[in-house]
Amino acid sequence: MSPAPTTPGIVAGRLEPDAYVANFDDIYPEYDPHEARVAADRCYFCYDAPCITACPTAIDIPLFIRQIQAGQPEAAARTIFDQNILGGMCARVCPTETLCEGACVREAAEGKPVEIGRLQRYATDGLVDAGVHPYDRAAPTGKRVAVVGAGPAGLACAHRLAMLGHDVTLMDARAKPGGLNEYGIAAYKAAGGFAQAEVDWLMQIGGITLRSGVALGHDATLTDLRTDYDAVFLGMGLGGVNALGVPGDDRHGVHDAVEFIADLRQISDLSALPIGRHVVVIGGGMTAVDAAVQSRLLGSEHVTMVYRRGREAMGASDYELSHAANAGVRIITNAMPMSVHGNGAVREIEFGYTRSGDAGLEPTGETFRLPADQVFRAIGQTLSGAPDALEIARGKIAVTGAGRTSAAGVWAGGDCAAGGDDLTVTAVAQGRDAAMDIHASLTA
Amino acid sequence: MANLTSNFIGIKSPNPFWLASAPPTDKAYNVVRAFQAGWGGVVWKTLGAEGPPVVNVNGPRYGAIWGADRRLLGLNNIELITDRPLEINLQEIKQVKRDWPDRAMVVSLMVPCDEESWQAILARVEDTGADGVELNFGCPHGMAERGMGSAVGQVPEYIEMVTRWVKKHSRMPCIVKLTPNISDIRKPAEAAKRGGADAVSLINTINSITSVNLDTFSPEPMIDGKGTHGGYCGPAVKPIALNMVAEIARSAETQGLPISGIGGVTTWRDAAEYMTLGAGNVQVCTAAMTYGFGIIKEMTAGLSLWMDEKGLTSVDEVVGRAVPNVTDWQYLNLNHITKARINQDLCISCGRCFAACEDTSHQAIAMSPDRVFTVKDDECVACNLCVNVCPVEDCITMETLPAGTTDPRTGEVVPAEYGNWTTHPNNPMAKAAE
Repeated sequence: MSPAPTTPGIVAGRLEPDAYVANFDDIYPEYDPHEARVAADRCYFCYDAPCITACPTAIDIPLFIRQIQAGQPEAAARTIFDQNILGGMCARVCPTETLCEGACVREAAEGKPVEIGRLQRYATDGLVDAGVHPYDRAAPTGKRVAVVGAGPAGLACAHRLAMLGHDVTLMDARAKPGGLNEYGIAAYKAAGGFAQAEVDWLMQIGGITLRSGVALGHDATLTDLRTDYDAVFLGMGLGGVNALGVPGDDRHGVHDAVEFIADLRQISDLSALPIGRHVVVIGGGMTAVDAAVQSRLLGSEHVTMVYRRGREAMGASDYELSHAANAGVRIITNAMPMSVHGNGAVREIEFGYTRSGDAGLEPTGETFRLPADQVFRAIGQTLSGAPDALEIARGKIAVTGAGRTSAAGVWAGGDCAAGGDDLTVTAVAQGRDAAMDIHASLTA
Repeated sequence: MANLTSNFIGIKSPNPFWLASAPPTDKAYNVVRAFQAGWGGVVWKTLGAEGPPVVNVNGPRYGAIWGADRRLLGLNNIELITDRPLEINLQEIKQVKRDWPDRAMVVSLMVPCDEESWQAILARVEDTGADGVELNFGCPHGMAERGMGSAVGQVPEYIEMVTRWVKKHSRMPCIVKLTPNISDIRKPAEAAKRGGADAVSLINTINSITSVNLDTFSPEPMIDGKGTHGGYCGPAVKPIALNMVAEIARSAETQGLPISGIGGVTTWRDAAEYMTLGAGNVQVCTAAMTYGFGIIKEMTAGLSLWMDEKGLTSVDEVVGRAVPNVTDWQYLNLNHITKARINQDLCISCGRCFAACEDTSHQAIAMSPDRVFTVKDDECVACNLCVNVCPVEDCITMETLPAGTTDPRTGEVVPAEYGNWTTHPNNPMAKAAE
């Protein structure tokens, strides 16, 4: 008998083959041109528009929407890419409900914002799909810059530097470029190999040499890079994962959610990916939601997300939580893991209810157990392997201004640097701004 | 329930909604469907003289402008008068009128500009039992180049002459349909009245090019790479037509001349507006061509409901009610002073009022760092632009300054009495107060 959602343990192929395709298809169907124009017509072209302010990359949103409305999505795409070269991915993964769309005056008026994210995707997909790259390189400056990490921050930085005429060496520890976009977000948000396609499109600018499988600290040191290059940008993200730190957390079946998502993104046959009947995800952020929803989509019978604080403290937005709920994920708040039970492999996980007391979060004393074949930790990531030369602030690389680190000639941005929101769009903004600052310092 | 029955120059119909002379009234099939749907009457699509029927183009006849969701806002056409044989049209008119005696059956006519041609066709129309005729002096394309349509309508003397022939050779009520492609609509209306017309109808279509194809560099509709001007109609032309109706209704020379209002009538409200400005009934075309004959139910029900709400029991009570309030600029009360008011509870902080006022008007709206928009009374001239660009209904309104208060913009006290330009001290032609 072939496995079903109710089959005990961690097994592959719980669903019919077609179900995987349907489950992991694009979360949003793409606008057709008529839909896009109707959606664009809802934009009021606000004065000093709140959506622009709410966008970490400050895309001129009313302008690009007006360009769609006026029948020129290519011009709209250019408006977007001028500010955010990863506008295609951001259109898919940005928490628009808390950024641009959350600030939309239509949200205030009707509770239905202009669908800025989908409009952005409509505009940007046109150029990316057509393979049209709208930028040319400036005259060569003869300067060489090393960019560590080919995630959103590194890609944005590398592109802007290359556009300004610098030669960029882009290195990444993984086999493929893209970082979080390629490895770290739910598959249905970037379906159809979009992450790779976007990087290929971006690299058309020229002047960027990609070196994969190069990890800082192992294959290259910051000292070497500072010697060999005119400037260095660090955008390697967060490599480490927080541990549960409870008895039994080393049992078989307790995984890191980030790794699970990466495996899922890289596997060619989703039916070959084993998943538990009872899955418990610990954490309240976007990674937790992505892991929980995808567990359901892989055929888990029961998926529960457990977060130690209240719902209002969760990193995931209401939209994401309702997406999880719609996918059949049970959400439990105010409960923290106490111990992991099982004979070798996890069988159950025990939680204690919490409340906020004088000394912060404290246990109420009441506990409960959830059956669990598989437990995913999504309780935050940490910076690992930061070069000793750099000052660290609250666990991340300390930066001032546009990503300047404590070391001369070294900039940092994205999740590895202090001060961001750990969002793709923030990383893009930081990479871009650091590139401008690097350019200014190299051409001073 | 309000009584919607209409008696327009002696032509009775169960409601004041007629279908205008146009494709929807070109044959019995359409007209019968219209009557089944509830239309009060029709003006049968323009008949021409006996002989070979006119030839229409075989490419597209219509051009359009749309809103974002392709809601049709304006339409133009390069169609000509009926391209069916005269005899068949006359037979069908006779049969339909016999089958639908309570509905208005008016026949639109356009024949060469000589008395014999008019005399000949009038006799044949009278034989059908039709209720009246409408003289098509408005068609701006095709026929005008042959000395008919707007070629006649643009020359008041011709209008008067032909109208006289029609009244001389027929007992039927005669409506003269006017072209808007003229600088003063009162002149052709006066000519029609002098010629003995029982009524005028307006407007016919406006000369127009709706769009240019930017790939082929041709006006649209495009026939084998070329385009020509067509006649514009639909919701977009209503403001132009309403003004023309009002001009005729309030002009000393033409007041009292019955008017059939035409131009962008799309809902009951448009009809009510036309009628308050002096139209005895309305004619509809584009709305029917856009949505089909079924819209008549909304129109009659809507007009009836509104009349009930206003305590108006018959159509005649509606006609002309707004005419006394149409005046010339010089008689507007210059002592009526208003200021824009922004309802902060309704404001969604889009800032459109600010952009409009700051960039293009009087810098009379202040914007705070947290996007609160307020009116500066000392700068506001009450131009109303902010009201018009605000996307939220009733968020920005105009508030009247009571007499005795000081207008912060001018520093002057608002007078209680009416005062207009004719007596204003800045007017060099002002008459001294008696």
